Amino acid sequence: MKTDRIVITATINGEERTFLADERDSLLEALRERIGLTGAKEGCNNGNCGACAVILDGRLVNSCCVMAAEVQGGTVTTVEGLATPEALHPLQQAFLEDAALQCGICTPGFLVAAKALLDHHPRPTEHEARFWLAGNLCRCTGYDKIIRAVLNAADEMSNGR
Amino acid sequence: MQPVKYQRATTVAEAVRLLQEGGEYARPLAGGTDVIVQARERRREIDYFVDIKHIPELMHVRHDANGVTIGAAVPCYLIYGDAEIVKTWPALADATHVIGGTAIQGRASLGGNLCNSSPAADSIPAMIALGAVAHIVGPKGERDVPVAEFCTSPGRNVLGVGEFVTAIRFAKPEPGSGAAWQRFIPRNEMDIAVVNAGVYLRLDRNTVRDARVAIGAVAPTPLVVPEAAQALVGKALSDQTIAAAGDAAKAAARPIDDMRGSVKQRRHLSKVLTERMIRRAAERARGQG
Repeated sequence: MKTDRIVITATINGEERTFLADERDSLLEALRERIGLTGAKEGCNNGNCGACAVILDGRLVNSCCVMAAEVQGGTVTTVEGLATPEALHPLQQAFLEDAALQCGICTPGFLVAAKALLDHHPRPTEHEARFWLAGNLCRCTGYDKIIRAVLNAADEMSNGR
Repeated sequence: MQPVKYQRATTVAEAVRLLQEGGEYARPLAGGTDVIVQARERRREIDYFVDIKHIPELMHVRHDANGVTIGAAVPCYLIYGDAEIVKTWPALADATHVIGGTAIQGRASLGGNLCNSSPAADSIPAMIALGAVAHIVGPKGERDVPVAEFCTSPGRNVLGVGEFVTAIRFAKPEPGSGAAWQRFIPRNEMDIAVVNAGVYLRLDRNTVRDARVAIGAVAPTPLVVPEAAQALVGKALSDQTIAAAGDAAKAAARPIDDMRGSVKQRRHLSKVLTERMIRRAAERARGQG
């Protein structure tokens, strides 16, 4: 069976975008292959690793487990939506300063998941941060540096920068 | 991904019609954390998703005087984030709080977990312990099926073509009752149960008046264990009666060896988790948990 091309309009990183996708595309495929936003990564493609995490209508989701057609009329934030032209997001800055990445493939997912965490809980405890980020896998750093960076960014942001 | 069509339904009637037109390989789409992956990996034949998240009642938690009706597509975070559910049905919060990570809990639903009908589903033993009932709508009308009777074999259940679950109903627990759920996994988060267990108890002082025990990942479906309940009902709750119920759960378990655990370990865990959940349910029944 052949599926149709469909037209999707959604607000992506603050900008309304209309794009053509295959009806069978996942949101991850549409972001990467139709819109050229390659920040979200395909790791496991089955919801285990979190490398494809994006924020959809205010909630953290794995974009590999969302159909592109589902975001019609919705709002999506990817890692590309974190920084401004002037400055990195405090989370991105903290990841750099705290060496919270090595190979980098998990980093976009961690950054987006951490942003969702701080959106909902601006001052998480270490326990809350670890529990929230349990769906993001990193095979390099061992997590401690990532958690430290997230908590440092939370401090930075709460101190009204 | 196998070719798959997508359509949004905005009413239950529209969803029934679309699912019926779609036929055998149409599936309702709630959180998609199972069905989208299964379609991609061709572990289920699926050629049509009917998105049910735009049907208002499928996304509502509705409390009333006699209990709560949870829309089949309500994501986990709204369930364990509901103060009334946490207070009155804590066993449900126990389970929904540990299904997947944050990104899964933002989408995954009770209806999806039930209809995926995995033997290891985390929410199902909790729902069975709580005596939950699935409300089903289809081309021939509506029917209610207890969650305990819903799953028929791994990945299969009582739903016919065009039928889907619209809500799960939980009656208000009787006074003096408590329920609890827990699973065993080798890591702290984000894993599939080696074994899980849900227990409901109603106590009159220290005498057990009513009990339900369900264990998961130890049989082709989540398993109700009436023998474990019988070991408790009418008796004083003691180390001996609790051990007898645990032994009954161990005897009822008929697990397989796989990468997550061995037959021996799963039988052992059936006893350990059942006993622990009896104790926790009793604490909650006494208002201590």
